[in-house]
Amino acid sequence: MAVVLIVLPLLSGAAAFLLRDDAARRRLLLWTAWLHFLLTAGRILAYGRWGWAYSVAEGFRETPFWLPGAWEWFSFDAPGLLFLGVTSLLFLGAAHYAAAYLAEEKRDPGEKGENGFIFNNAPEAVFTGCLLLFLSAMTAVAAARHLGLLWAAVEATTLLSAPLIYFHRHKRSLEATWKYLLICSVGIALALMGNLFMGAAGLRGGAGLHLDGLLAGAAGLDSQLLKAAFIFLFVGYGTKMGLAPFHTWLPDAHSEAPAVVSALLSGALLNCAFLGVLRAAQVCGAAGLADFSGGILVLFGLASLVTAALFMLGQRDYKRMLAYSSIEHMGILAIGAGMGGRALYGALLGAVGHSLTKAGLFFVSGLVLAAYRTKQIKDVKGLLRRSPAVAALWLAGFLLITGTPPSGIFLAKFVILKEAVAGGRWAVAGVYLFFLAVVFAAMAKIFIETTFGEPAQEPERGFEPPRAMVRPALVFFVLVAALGLCVPSWLDAVLNLAAGAIGGAR
Amino acid sequence: MNTFAELTIVLIILLNMAMSVSGSLASCIRLAAAQGVAAGLLPLMAAGGAHGRAVAFAAFIIALKGLVFPWLMLRARELTGARKEIDPLIGYPASITLCLAAFAASAWLGSRLPLPQSGVAYIIPASLATIFTGFLLITTRVKAITQVVGYLVVENGVYIFGLALFVEQPLMVELAILLDVFVAVFVMGIAIFHISREFDHIDTDALSQLSDWRRGEEG
Amino acid sequence: METLETATRFAAALLLAPLLPGIVNRVKALFAGRKGRPTLQLYYDLAKLARKVPVYSRTTTWVFKAGPAAGLAAAVCALGVLPFGGRPGPLAFEGDFLFIIGLLAFSRFMTVLAALDTGSAFEGMGASREAQFAVFSEPAFFLSLAALSRVTGEFSLAGMFLSLTPDSWRAAAPVLALVTAALFIVMLAENCRVPADDPDTHLELTMIHEVMALDHGGPELAYILYGASLKLWLFAALIAAAVLPRHSGSWLYDGAFFLAAMGGIAAAVGIAESAMARLRMLKVPYMLMGGLIFAALALLFQTGR
Repeated sequence: MAVVLIVLPLLSGAAAFLLRDDAARRRLLLWTAWLHFLLTAGRILAYGRWGWAYSVAEGFRETPFWLPGAWEWFSFDAPGLLFLGVTSLLFLGAAHYAAAYLAEEKRDPGEKGENGFIFNNAPEAVFTGCLLLFLSAMTAVAAARHLGLLWAAVEATTLLSAPLIYFHRHKRSLEATWKYLLICSVGIALALMGNLFMGAAGLRGGAGLHLDGLLAGAAGLDSQLLKAAFIFLFVGYGTKMGLAPFHTWLPDAHSEAPAVVSALLSGALLNCAFLGVLRAAQVCGAAGLADFSGGILVLFGLASLVTAALFMLGQRDYKRMLAYSSIEHMGILAIGAGMGGRALYGALLGAVGHSLTKAGLFFVSGLVLAAYRTKQIKDVKGLLRRSPAVAALWLAGFLLITGTPPSGIFLAKFVILKEAVAGGRWAVAGVYLFFLAVVFAAMAKIFIETTFGEPAQEPERGFEPPRAMVRPALVFFVLVAALGLCVPSWLDAVLNLAAGAIGGAR
Repeated sequence: MNTFAELTIVLIILLNMAMSVSGSLASCIRLAAAQGVAAGLLPLMAAGGAHGRAVAFAAFIIALKGLVFPWLMLRARELTGARKEIDPLIGYPASITLCLAAFAASAWLGSRLPLPQSGVAYIIPASLATIFTGFLLITTRVKAITQVVGYLVVENGVYIFGLALFVEQPLMVELAILLDVFVAVFVMGIAIFHISREFDHIDTDALSQLSDWRRGEEG
Repeated sequence: METLETATRFAAALLLAPLLPGIVNRVKALFAGRKGRPTLQLYYDLAKLARKVPVYSRTTTWVFKAGPAAGLAAAVCALGVLPFGGRPGPLAFEGDFLFIIGLLAFSRFMTVLAALDTGSAFEGMGASREAQFAVFSEPAFFLSLAALSRVTGEFSLAGMFLSLTPDSWRAAAPVLALVTAALFIVMLAENCRVPADDPDTHLELTMIHEVMALDHGGPELAYILYGASLKLWLFAALIAAAVLPRHSGSWLYDGAFFLAAMGGIAAAVGIAESAMARLRMLKVPYMLMGGLIFAALALLFQTGR
C-alpha cells in the first residue's frame, strides 16, 4: 500500500515531464491528486474507524506475506498516516489551485509581474513534474520506517521543491532558492550525523537504524549517544521545520515561491520535517529520555514563537508575515510535542489545523497578489471593496489561524495551554500566552489594514478571482472550522494512537 | 593496515587545511575531490579484509566524488566564467588558525564522547574537523561554487564519521543517501548557472535583497 | 676509547659539514645540465677567506664583529649535543632539545644585531625578514621536537633518536611523517634554501639571509659560511634520525649509514631546489605556517593517542 502511494506520483511525475500537452498534464495532476487522496483516505478510515490490521501492542505493521517477520522499508504507523492524510488532502487542494493558476499564468505571463519584474516562468512541465515528485517524496517521508530512508526522503523533498520555488525566474526567487537549498541541505547533513549517532547508540544492542528495531531495543541504547543523536536530528530536521535560530530560509522561500508552492511548503513540507523530529523524540521517549528531548523541544518552540512574534511586528510583506506565522505554529507544535501526553495530541491536532488553514491563506494571498500585484502591505488597501469574496476568505483565514473559536487551531492551542498549566509550567504558559497575544495583535493590524483600509486611489475595477482558485481555500477553512466544533471519532482515534505512539512511556 | 589508514587520516586533515587557504576555485574543487577519494579509500584499509560489496561501494563513491563531482563543478566554473580568485570574508591565516583550533577542539571532543573505539586513531576528530572546515567554506566564502564545495566537504566529514562508528547501513539506504548528494550537487550546479546568468557573477553576497532588516523599497 | 670515539664523531661532523652544500650544488648542476662548481668548493672558499684581512666600516662597533663569531660558536655548541649516527654527542644532556632551539635563536639574535649595527637600510630589511620568518619557523621547530619527545618519551635528542626504531614508524607513522615534513620545511627556510630564499641571489631586495652578510668579509664571512653549513648539517641530521631510525651494534656501520642518509637528504634538498621556483616573499610565511601546522598536528596526534 505504502509503496503504491509512493510510486503513483512518481510515475505520473515522470509522465508529466514527457507530456507535451498542457491541458493533458493538468488533468494528469488532478487525477493523480484525487487517486492519491482517495487511496489515502480509504487507508486512514480503515485504520481509524475499524483499526484494520492494527495491533495495539506493537503498533501498526504491514508485513508482506512472503517475508514473514521482516521489517518493512515503508509502511504506515499512526503518526505517519496522520501526516500522510494531511499532505494528501493539501495536495489535492493545491492541485486544483495549481491547474487554474497555471492556466492563468499561461494566458498572460507578463502581466503578473510584480514590482516591475517580468516573470519568465519555468517550463510548466518541470513545475508539474516536480510537484508530483515532491508529493512522492513527502509520502515516502510519512511512510519511511528506517531512519536512513527517512533522511533520504526529507532531503529529496528539499531538492524537488527547489525548482518549484524558482518557478518565477527572477533574481529574488533565485536568492530564496539558493538560501533554501544550501541551508536546508547543510541542516539535513547534520541530521545524517544524528542518524549515525543513533546507529552508534544502538551498536551494542544491535538495534540498527530501523524504527521498529530502535523502539524494540530502546532500553539498551546508550543514553549519552542517544542524546547527541537527538540534538543533531533536532537541529537537522528543525532547520527544515523552520524552528527559530535555524529558520532564516523560511520567510524568503515562502514569500518568493508561487502561492501554491508556498502553501505546500508551509502546510505539508514543514509537517514532514516535524515528523522527522517526532521520530527522534519517539525513540528518545522509548528510551526514557523524554525529559531531555521534551526540554529541548519546548525551549526551541518558545524561541520560535518569540522570534516569529517579534518579526511579525512591523512586517511589510504579507507573504513574509504568513511565513512567520508558520514559524510561530511550528514553535507551538514543538512546545506541544515537548510536553507530551495530551499536549502532544494538541500538537498533532494543531499540525492538521495549521496545514489546512495556512495552505488556504497562501492560496488567498496568491489571489491578493493577483489583484494588487504587490506583496507590500502598505500598497494593499481596501480589499473588501475590490473583491468581497477574497476579502471574506482573507479575514476568515486570519481568524482561523490566530485560533479564534471555532477553529481547530483554537482547540489545539487551548489543549497545549491547559497541559502547560496542569503540569505546573507557569513560565512556559505565560510566555506562550503573551506572545500569542502579540502575534494576534500584529496580524490583526495587518489584516484589518489590508481589508478595510482606504486605498490611495480608487481601484479602476473590481477583481473577480477564478472559481477554481477560491474553492480549495474555502473548503479548507470550512474543514478547520468544523474541526473546532467536533473532531470526528476516526480522526480522534488516529490522533490518539499517534500521540500514544510518539509519547511512548509518558 | 592501520598505518595506511592513519596516514590517510593525516592526508584528510591536511587537505582540510589546504582548502581553508586555497586561493583558486579550481584547486579548491580538486582538493575536495582528493579528500573524497581519500575518504572513499578509508573503508578498504580499515576493514582489513575487503569483501566484494565494500569494494564495489568504495569504487562507486570514489568515482562519484573523485570524478563526477569535480567534473560537474569545474564545468559550472567554466560555464559561469568564475575564474577569479576566491575572496574569503576572513583572511587565510585566520581561516587556517580556525581550522587548526577546530581540530584541537575535535580532538578534545572526540576523546570525551563515549563512542565505540575504532582501531584507527583520530578518525573521529578528523571527521569533526572536516565537517567544521565545510562550514567554514560555506560561511566565509563568497562564491556560490565554494559553498557547494563546502557542502561536499561536510558530506565527506559525515561519511568519515559514519565509517568511524561502524554504523552499517543497508545498501539501499546508502545508495539513497548518495543519490541525494548527487542530485543536490546537480541542482546546486543548475542554480549556480542561473545565478551567474541573472547577476553576471556568482558572488552570493549579492543575494541579500530578502531580509527583514534592510529597509529597502523591495521589502 | 669511548672518549676517542666521541671526539672522532664530533670532528667528523665539523669536517664533513661543508660537504653538504657542495652535494646540493652538484645535484642542482646535474638537474640543470651544467658542469657546476666542484663539490669541495666551500672548503676552498673557506680557506681563501680565512687568509684575507677583514675591512670594517667606521660606523660599526664590536657588535658587528661579535655577530659571526657568536653565530659560529652557537652552531658548534649545537653540534656538540647533536647525536651522530645514533650515538649521543659529547655534550648531550637531558632536555638538550630545548638547548638547541635556544642556541639557534641566540645565533639568529646575534646575526640580526650585527646586521642592524651596520646602519644599512638593506641589512635592516634583511634583519626584519629574518625575524619575521623566525616567528613561524621557531615554533614549528619547537613543536616538531616536542612531538618527537612525546613519541619516544625521552627528553634528550640522543634519547629520542636512540629509541626511535623502525617499529615506531609502524606505531606512529602519521606523527613521524608530519614531523619529517615540518622539519624539512623548517630546514629549507632556516638555511635559506630555494622556496623560501635563494642562496645564490645577487639582488639585495630579494635577499633574506644573504643580505645580512653583505658587509662581512674575510675570516668573518668564513665564520658565517661555515656556521651556515653546520646549521644545514644539524637539520639534516635531525631529519636523518627521524626518517631512518636504524641501529646496529657496530658504530662503523651506523656511522656509514648515517653519512649516506645525510648525503641523501642533501640530494633531496638539491632536487627540491631544482624542481621549485622561489616563492614570492609574501608567500613565504604561508609555507612556514604550513610547517608550523604539520608540527602542531603531529603534536596533537601524539598527545591524543
